[in-house]
Amino acid sequence: MSLIKSSLARKYVMALSGLFLVIFLLLHVTINLASVLSPDFFNEASHFMGYNPLVQFLMQPILIIGVIVHFVMGFVLEIQNKKARSIGYVKYNGSANAPWVSRNMIYSGLVVLAFLALHFYDFWVHEMAYKYVEANPEDPTRYYHETVEKFSPIWRTVLYVISFVLLGLHLWHGFASSFQSMGVNNKYTPNIKRCAKTFAVVVPLLFAFIAIYHHLNPITH
Amino acid sequence: MVDEKPSNKQQTTNNYITMKLYLKIWRQKDASTPGKIVDYTLDGVEGDMSFLEMLDILNEELVSKGEEPVEFDHDCREGICGTCSLQINGEPHGPDRLVTTCQLHMRKFNDGDTIVIEPFRANAFPVIKDLIVDRSAFDRIQQAGGYISVNTSGNTVDANCIPINKHDADEAMDAATCIGCGACVAACKNASAMLFTSAKVSQFALLPQGRIEAVERVQNMVRQMDLEGFGNCTNTGACEVECPKGISLTNIARMNREYLSASLKG
Repeated sequence: MSLIKSSLARKYVMALSGLFLVIFLLLHVTINLASVLSPDFFNEASHFMGYNPLVQFLMQPILIIGVIVHFVMGFVLEIQNKKARSIGYVKYNGSANAPWVSRNMIYSGLVVLAFLALHFYDFWVHEMAYKYVEANPEDPTRYYHETVEKFSPIWRTVLYVISFVLLGLHLWHGFASSFQSMGVNNKYTPNIKRCAKTFAVVVPLLFAFIAIYHHLNPITH
Repeated sequence: MVDEKPSNKQQTTNNYITMKLYLKIWRQKDASTPGKIVDYTLDGVEGDMSFLEMLDILNEELVSKGEEPVEFDHDCREGICGTCSLQINGEPHGPDRLVTTCQLHMRKFNDGDTIVIEPFRANAFPVIKDLIVDRSAFDRIQQAGGYISVNTSGNTVDANCIPINKHDADEAMDAATCIGCGACVAACKNASAMLFTSAKVSQFALLPQGRIEAVERVQNMVRQMDLEGFGNCTNTGACEVECPKGISLTNIARMNREYLSASLKG
């Protein structure tokens, strides 16, 4: 019971839900990369993710719960942390002792959350309408074209790329930080930090590259 | 302390480096009266003075003018007791590293500088007067579990009879160097006391004498820390940078492990 109420439990929840979302990001970027390297494989993988009952009715709800837990706990922590210092400093030199990204996780997180709303509308809502409202038949060849068309407008591509930059900043601190929260700080920590920061750069860059690639994809021109 | 060359901006008068400083100091009559920043100008500050000596000079001037002196915490003035505090230009214990305010030399500043001096801010550290805050929350966290129960009734075992791995002994001693000044709380954007609490948990958790009460200790100390109203740790690392004793974030990770393990054991 004490575990549920404690500040440390909130750290564990943030860390574990964050690590879960990191694993999801890795899966997501891998499938997205297929849209550049092999449209056929991308169609197959997307169709599998869209119609496999295990993915649809077990993995997808778990993912949604993971996202909700992560951002709700983030808001709870932010509110509690603000309450812990109700009278602030006249002068607070935060940059002297901590990097900007670590001090502004709430803002990078809010941008990512706003992006998720747009992303859900763009793909998930569209998919639900296609399958359950319009009751269209299964078409395992439609995903590649749909994806490319989505990135045809410049505004959407720009919004996505900006969001990926903020996602990278969020991961830059959050990924390595989750290990510290779970009590992992040992001789492997420098390597863990290197891997986490590489992930924080490479994965958002790949997402951005894929969005720009499809914006410039000649099939929509 | 290594002597440093005086800055070009400092003035040389009668073989002494002196500075004119513009001080913005938080003045607050008592805990229930709202405070405000008051401006003071102080001339003739020497680079060899400690920060607290500079405040002593200011107070002498204020007293001679019949004004109320600025109240601030101090005791040993050699970086051991953890009594001095002060948020100086936005950093606890000022811009220098691994020193307390009493060890901070005025040569770290330049002639004409404006220095903002505030109390450590956290709801768990309420201001008593001016720059003095009540840090008894730390005492209560310590009382919740920062001890070991030793039989002292005549059959006490010599501590040196118990072999302890050197690495563990060193880490325990490093954790034990925490002087409980509260700079970690003051520096943290969340006013979290995790570095202090984790240092106190670690210094016992690493030693066989401390393992006996390890489960209860970490649970009780974390519970008390939460009850005092400190914020949550978000691993910014500001506490480690500002700690005058260099207490490491590895202690927080150790406390996280200890707490998880203790909670799972029930």
